[in-house]
Amino acid sequence: MTPDGLLGLGLLGIVAPAVPGIAVKTKSLLTGRRGPPVLQLYADLAKLVRKGRVYSRTTTLIFRAGPVVALASLIVAALFLPLDGREAPARFAGDMVAFAGLLALGRFALVLAAMDTGSSFEGLGASREATIASFAEPTLFLCFMALVLAAGDLSLSGILGGPLAAAWPHAGASLSLVGVSLFVLLLAENSRVPVDDPATHLELTMIHEVIVLDHGGPDLALILYGSALKLSLFGVLVVSVLVPRAGFSGPAALALLFAGLGAIAVAVGVVESVMARVRLVRVPQLLVGAAALALVATILQLG
Amino acid sequence: MRLLALCAIPLVTALVVLGAPVFRGRRVPVALLLVVAGAHLTLVASLWVAGPRPALDGWLAADPLGLTVLTLTSVLFFVTVIYAVGYLRHEEPRSARVFAGGLLAFLAAASVVALAHHLAMLWVGMEATTLSIAPLVFVRRDRRSLEATWKYLVVSSVGIALALLGTFFLASAQGDLGRPLLLPDLIAHARELHPAWLRAAFLFLLVGFGTKMGLAPMHTWKPDTYGEAPSLVSGLMAGSLTGCAFLGVARVTEVVAAAGLGSFAQPVLIAFGLLSLGVAATFVIGQRDVKRLLAYSSVEHMGLLVLGLGLGGVGAYGSMLHLVNNGLAKGWMFLVAGNIALATGAANSGNRGLIRTLPASATLLVLGLFAVTGSPPFGLFLSEFTILRAAFDGGHTWIAATILAALAVIFVGMAALVLGIVLGEPPAPIGRDLGAVPVRESGWLVAGPVALAAIVLMLGFYIPGPLRDVLTRAAMALGGTGP
Amino acid sequence: MRDAAQVVLLLVVLSDLAILGTSRLSSCIRGLAAQGFLLGLLPVLIAPQLSVHAVSLAVGTVIVKAVALPWFLAWAIREAAVRREVEPIVGFIASQLLGALAVALAFAIASRLPLTAMQQPLLVPVSLATLIIGFIVLTTRRKALVQVVGYLILENGIYLFGLTQTESVPFLIELGVLLDVFVGVFIMGIVVFHINREFDSLDSTRLTELSD
Repeated sequence: MTPDGLLGLGLLGIVAPAVPGIAVKTKSLLTGRRGPPVLQLYADLAKLVRKGRVYSRTTTLIFRAGPVVALASLIVAALFLPLDGREAPARFAGDMVAFAGLLALGRFALVLAAMDTGSSFEGLGASREATIASFAEPTLFLCFMALVLAAGDLSLSGILGGPLAAAWPHAGASLSLVGVSLFVLLLAENSRVPVDDPATHLELTMIHEVIVLDHGGPDLALILYGSALKLSLFGVLVVSVLVPRAGFSGPAALALLFAGLGAIAVAVGVVESVMARVRLVRVPQLLVGAAALALVATILQLG
Repeated sequence: MRLLALCAIPLVTALVVLGAPVFRGRRVPVALLLVVAGAHLTLVASLWVAGPRPALDGWLAADPLGLTVLTLTSVLFFVTVIYAVGYLRHEEPRSARVFAGGLLAFLAAASVVALAHHLAMLWVGMEATTLSIAPLVFVRRDRRSLEATWKYLVVSSVGIALALLGTFFLASAQGDLGRPLLLPDLIAHARELHPAWLRAAFLFLLVGFGTKMGLAPMHTWKPDTYGEAPSLVSGLMAGSLTGCAFLGVARVTEVVAAAGLGSFAQPVLIAFGLLSLGVAATFVIGQRDVKRLLAYSSVEHMGLLVLGLGLGGVGAYGSMLHLVNNGLAKGWMFLVAGNIALATGAANSGNRGLIRTLPASATLLVLGLFAVTGSPPFGLFLSEFTILRAAFDGGHTWIAATILAALAVIFVGMAALVLGIVLGEPPAPIGRDLGAVPVRESGWLVAGPVALAAIVLMLGFYIPGPLRDVLTRAAMALGGTGP
Repeated sequence: MRDAAQVVLLLVVLSDLAILGTSRLSSCIRGLAAQGFLLGLLPVLIAPQLSVHAVSLAVGTVIVKAVALPWFLAWAIREAAVRREVEPIVGFIASQLLGALAVALAFAIASRLPLTAMQQPLLVPVSLATLIIGFIVLTTRRKALVQVVGYLILENGIYLFGLTQTESVPFLIELGVLLDVFVGVFIMGIVVFHINREFDSLDSTRLTELSD
């Protein structure tokens, strides 16, 4: 728990809502619109926090706990990421499993909350989300496996930090593949195009949006903030793999990280404006493709 | 010089026929085909008289193995063209240029395969034979021949691709030395070749060229293709193309034998041979189409060829003799089947009483039945007996027993169909057949099969000295012994 | 030059997996063209020194594999008016997983083969992987045109392997191989054209009239 680490975490927490904002802004500009301001999400969060709560009579404690658990698990997961490129606030051997597990916990909480409402739309979204998760999780683990083989360290601080930087010269090819695979995973887990269109109004085509359909007020604020944080966490993953920052000093590494996050957000925006959402049956295919890339990266390490 | 001419003359003629506008829309230039076939045969005959020097830096050379296949090809091609004179009077292919060009290109490609001593050149020739035959299978352009051509192309192309990989493996076996893939070179330095690569090369080349031969389990294209192609094309394929493919297998066996890996190669060859025999025996029963029946018979004989090679000793000589006998006999049978198809529309079990309507063809068919199933006094009996002898010599009595059992089953299966269509009462002509001019068995249509039959019969009693000499030398190159 | 060759070989594997996972025929052909271009770059990248042999092989490969054959296949698609492959015999997801397994298998086999030190270490595994993936496409797809694409991927794998033997397999032979492939695919294209005319579809599972 170094001051640097906590500082980095705090900064990430503050900056997180800007990341989806950058993505949306990029997409708007590329499609010829002016789009909402980059800091729009902050304003939305402020507005939502001041609203009152309304709960449906069919819901139980699970529904109320969902957003809280989701955000809490994301914050704890963030503790394991080495934001300064060297050391995370918390680390132990095998903490990547804990990281994946915490993300899964968050998703699980939201899915349960969705099913708790008893609405068919939410149930539909919940099952879709679970399907995508069942393909995304193995891919994430395959990426981690490739990183472990490359860096030779079993904790996230190691596979995203110093040992990774040392591995780049000779494992560059497989690390690039892992980077691409993680980017596809980012798109999938955060419900961006081509997996899910965040801007759609049609409930039948939604995956993530429809899960949170019944939440309102502060709960929705928690969920929106949580999504932004999750996007940022995945962005940190991708940036750490592609741009090893172990050689830089603390502030410089953080600055590089946030610059990288911005670049990832722009990339997401570009992808959103260039591609269309793929049919739902093709989403597993896409994820398996990412898994195949990660598998190839792993094999390259073994060979 | 002569070797180059043997390959170049048919190739140039093929290109001229395919390209020159004077041939567009005309009938098939049979005279031209005859001239080229005759020239080719004469050149080959001259090779027997005086062996030529290798050409193209040793890439082309006529050694006993190659000479056997080349002669077989040349004789079969000549006979086929003579048959074509009569055949084309009754059935003219839609694209005469493609027909003639394909035949000539096949002759050129087969000559290249027979004479090539650079193994990659052998591969190129082999692929060329596949490609030149494909349009010929497709001549009738109906659904069935289309399906057959597609299956043939896909399976053969994959097989040839694997053979190419095997050739590259052979090159890898040379390690750092990087010499060209010349056969005499490879044989001389065989012991220095890396055994792992050599084994892999042998397997891939066997599977690859075995696909072209029609060895089981890569034989699936054979019944469809032989069944749908015009009979004279099927005859060429069954006699000559299989010989060329067998040559590919034999070449790699030469290298493997010289490298001392015979104990690895022989069981593999025997396994493929027995499998082919088994498959042939199974599918011959209940077969209703004569050409498909002959295709399975071809699978059987390919199995025997490979068995002889695998058994070693006098089996190698038996294989070489069988190559010649089988090639000629298959050509004979397919041409006769072609006569039947011309006369009655299809050579299958719908026919009856052919002995009355087509006496010459029917007789030749029955005689051919006996020849192809290895009955005395035809030449195939002698060659099959030699292979059996090799089995007994090597102490593989159960292999010999399996061969005999398979041969018996095949005889029964084939006889059932052949005798069924030859004997009995011919069906009364119905409908449009009443006024149609019956297909006379003209001299052109019968001369070819008769000639081939005569040769096969002669080979059952007497093998001319030069032939025996060449076959023995070929057998010894394959690691075996003479008779 | 070694690193550049390594990157190119990796891109070849990626193109294999991409072709394996797509259902649009035009994407298959574009992937094939990209692969052909990458293959054309390789002789120049792995030759110890630039020679006429290497450059002409590279140019020939690019012309045949990246330009002529894809253009011809695109013509065939237009003629047959097919857009998509229907669900193949082995589903797309399973195909991708098989493809990744094929890469694993190829690396495993390659590590057991005795290779000389002077060769590019990734060349043999990538060639074997491409070979196996070509086989997978050839055997599990229904549309005849996609089977031709699979055959071409198979040939690409073999071509890659041939690049390890630059001395024993001379220039003329490589050219002969290229020519053979070209003519072969040309003939296949004609047959596909006729299949489309006769059967009104390119579904090769309809070709079942001949059997015993």
